[in-house]
Amino acid sequence: MNKVVKKEFFSEKVVRLVVEAPLIARSRKAGNFVILRVGEKGERIPLTIASADAEKGTIDLVAQVVGVSTSKLADLEPGDYITDLVGPLGKPTHIENVGTILAAGGGVGVAPLLPIVEAFKKAGNRVITVLAARSKDLIILEDQMRQWSDELIVMTDDGSHGRKGLVTAGMEEILQREEVNECIVIGPAIMMKFAALLTEKYNVPTQASLNSIMVDGTGMCGACRVSVGGKTRFTCVDGPEFDAHHIDFDEMLMRLGGYREEEKEALELYHLQHKLVEK
Amino acid sequence: MGLDSLYLKQEREAEWRAELRRQTKNKDRMLIERVSMPELEPEVRVNYQDREVNSGLTREMAMQEAVRCMDCANPTCIEGCPVSINIPKFIKNIERGEIQQAASVLKETSALPAVCGRVCPQEKQCEAQCFYVQKLNKPAVAIGHLERFAADFERESGEMSVPETAKSNGIKVATVGSGPAALSFAGDMVKKGYDVTVFEALHEIGGVLKYGIPEFRLPNKIVDKELENLQKMGVHFETNFIVGRTASFDDLKEQGFQAFFIGSGAGLPRFMSIPGENYNGILSSNEYLTRVNLMGAQYEETDTPVLHGKRVAVIGGGNTAMDSVRTALRLGAEKAMIVYRRSEEEMPARIEEIKHAKEEGVEFHNLCNPLEYYGDEKGRVSGMKLIRMQLGEPDASGRRRPVPMEGSEFEMEVDLVIVAVGVSPNPLVPSSLKELKVTKWGTIVVDETKMQSSIPEMFAGGDIVRGGATVILAMGDGRRAAEKMDHFLKEKYAVN
Ligand SMILES: Cc1cc2nc3c(=O)[nH]c(=O)nc-3n(C[C@H](O)[C@H](O)[C@H](O)COP(=O)(O)OP(=O)(O)OC[C@H]3O[C@@H](n4cnc5c(N)ncnc54)[C@H](O)[C@@H]3O)c2cc1C
Ligand SMILES: Cc1cc2nc3c(=O)[nH]c(=O)nc-3n(C[C@H](O)[C@H](O)[C@H](O)COP(=O)(O)OP(=O)(O)OC[C@H]3O[C@@H](n4cnc5c(N)ncnc54)[C@H](O)[C@@H]3O)c2cc1C
Ligand code: SF4
Ligand code: FES
Repeated sequence: MNKVVKKEFFSEKVVRLVVEAPLIARSRKAGNFVILRVGEKGERIPLTIASADAEKGTIDLVAQVVGVSTSKLADLEPGDYITDLVGPLGKPTHIENVGTILAAGGGVGVAPLLPIVEAFKKAGNRVITVLAARSKDLIILEDQMRQWSDELIVMTDDGSHGRKGLVTAGMEEILQREEVNECIVIGPAIMMKFAALLTEKYNVPTQASLNSIMVDGTGMCGACRVSVGGKTRFTCVDGPEFDAHHIDFDEMLMRLGGYREEEKEALELYHLQHKLVEK
Repeated sequence: MGLDSLYLKQEREAEWRAELRRQTKNKDRMLIERVSMPELEPEVRVNYQDREVNSGLTREMAMQEAVRCMDCANPTCIEGCPVSINIPKFIKNIERGEIQQAASVLKETSALPAVCGRVCPQEKQCEAQCFYVQKLNKPAVAIGHLERFAADFERESGEMSVPETAKSNGIKVATVGSGPAALSFAGDMVKKGYDVTVFEALHEIGGVLKYGIPEFRLPNKIVDKELENLQKMGVHFETNFIVGRTASFDDLKEQGFQAFFIGSGAGLPRFMSIPGENYNGILSSNEYLTRVNLMGAQYEETDTPVLHGKRVAVIGGGNTAMDSVRTALRLGAEKAMIVYRRSEEEMPARIEEIKHAKEEGVEFHNLCNPLEYYGDEKGRVSGMKLIRMQLGEPDASGRRRPVPMEGSEFEMEVDLVIVAVGVSPNPLVPSSLKELKVTKWGTIVVDETKMQSSIPEMFAGGDIVRGGATVILAMGDGRRAAEKMDHFLKEKYAVN
């Protein structure tokens, strides 16, 4: 049982929770994630550790509300408990001083990107960050990102904030302008796919952090498998970051839709029950 | 760990046992027919994931079956038992109606008798060595059914005895994982006076007993009861804790843990690396069974989803395959099929499970192997291409090697495929302990008599050492490791 000590909404659908987890706060590294469960009937969902305070013994989670489990999580109030929380999981990001880093984050992918950007900056890199979302109110963590970036570009599909255009437009501008030594992208699979195609064109080594469906997170179930360079890899233990130029994004997009029907039903049921309770 | 023969002899000479032997002549014992386990009707049981198929012996049935056992002077059955349960002693206690006594005999050597009585492959172990099979060519004494009866009787009586523990010696030891290997290790160590903590990565204790083996074979409440007992004996449990990640081994040593038992199991599912294997609707048995057994995905009120299929193919012939295919039936499959590359004779699954699967209507497609999967426009599996096999020369496993028959390819329509072709050892611990020696298969190398790894204060056992094996072998390893670790620590700390 892990206590929620603080909660704030970045936008209507994006929530930040500060959660007590002293051991994880101490041992986690950039790129690690946790798996948590809300309620005895809840499902196990992965969330990246956005940041941690080892002294206070807390970790920060930033979640975008998409379905039942993230709704239940967002409904928790300070003082409530998360039923189960395990971590840190996954391989930490390989952080090194390589020169210039281009970090691209889309939607809620910005949350897992934050600790990585911070770590790259602390390792002495020049960090250029591109944040992207459909519209202004979906851009999250802009100030925190700015703190660790030498330059920050914001892109929105509808032009309501920053520049109008897709994340790749912002990225290409940088790639044309100067030499980038490494790129990291986190966001919806479709965004990562196009970002990877772009950096391949410019020959920039690129890491993508994959958000595959997971159950245990310890390499036991195989639900999180992805094809990288023609080989089957498990996102939870071999990843979550892989060489973006070798990831089979089309297969991954297909697999992410695997439980869509079942998830939709569950969400409808949850909303229905909520309404009934509220009445 | 084998029971010494002098002890066995003395036990056998106990007056009550001699008296039982005098009461009934062996000739008469041999005339009794082996009891058959009452079970739920197949048509009924396929509707329930959580109703046990075997419903257990009545007291009368058990006592009658116990009479069959001839209390042999040389009880070969014990040799077939990986933990050397004093089989005739527990059975004779049933014969005289002292069921609680029978249960405590079981607990002398087995930490989880209600579990073993349900899932051990008895026909290949104790029962295979029984005098009836060896010399009389008759069905063995139903040792497994009797074990289950005694353990259930004790549990249901509400008078479960908590084994005595030695005075605390203040030495802290930990287990990595909470499967049968770790639990039997923990039970023995706490009896010896150690301060034991069991760390488990998942949110439930029990390892495969909880997330793998379905409730229609092993109800979770039975595992929980055994865990409760360990708790009463003083074992501490920590769930949601990955040793090597949540805290490192060094962190734990700093907290005073002096030695570790690694029972992290064989989690990593194997796939066949054939075209189309990553279509949706193709999953490992571990994923399928975990969603159902651990997460309760079949119930509406839980959030975890599980895929339902009308035509389900399960690839493999082990217990895992049988559990998956029978689960698919219970979740509403119209056609549930086993696809296995050898013949039924070579199937590693328990015979009883194969029998139960057949009764429930599972179709067996033996001697064929998948080559490729096809998907629909949404990326969901829709069919598979198979090839027929024949058996050639024996391979390393001693079983005849399956060889594809050229030109025998055929296709089959399916909408859910569960791959149950084996597991590799869980890589979490070796990857966080570089100095730990592992084999090229990723199993931890141990000195077989001591279960001690290349790091002296780390012992290991169960599937992480053996690859996918059995509950009882895992438990045997746990007990042996406890005995040897005890020596190791006593020597180190010169405590008595
Ligand atoms: C390593 C890792 C780190 C992640 N970090 C974060 C994070 O920091 N913040 C955050 O908001 N989200 C993160 N995610 C995604 C998050 O786990 C999912 O959004 C969540 O599981 C959805 O659960 P739900 O019940 O609310 O929605 P569901 O009802 O389960 O799903 C809604 C839709 O999301 C898709 N989906 C289901 N499970 C996942 C999944 N695991 N990942 C992506 N899509 C999924 C399904 O296709 C479904 O259609 C991460 C995922 C991974 C694998
Ligand atoms: C579906 C299925 C059916 C089976 N049926 C039978 C049967 O009928 N009869 C039989 O005898 N055998 C059967 N088996 C095999 C049997 O279950 C295993 O051999 C046995 O469970 C192995 O026990 P173990 O203690 O080695 O590990 P496991 O039971 O695998 O437990 C290992 C545990 O360790 C945890 N873990 C791993 N790494 C860490 C870490 N770093 N920190 C903390 N925790 C960790 C895992 O989460 C897991 O819970 C079956 C197996 C399966 C999968
Ligand atoms: S070998 Fe068979 S008959 Fe003999 S003691 Fe063992 S169970 Fe009884
Ligand atoms: S989540 Fe189960 S293997 Fe990765």
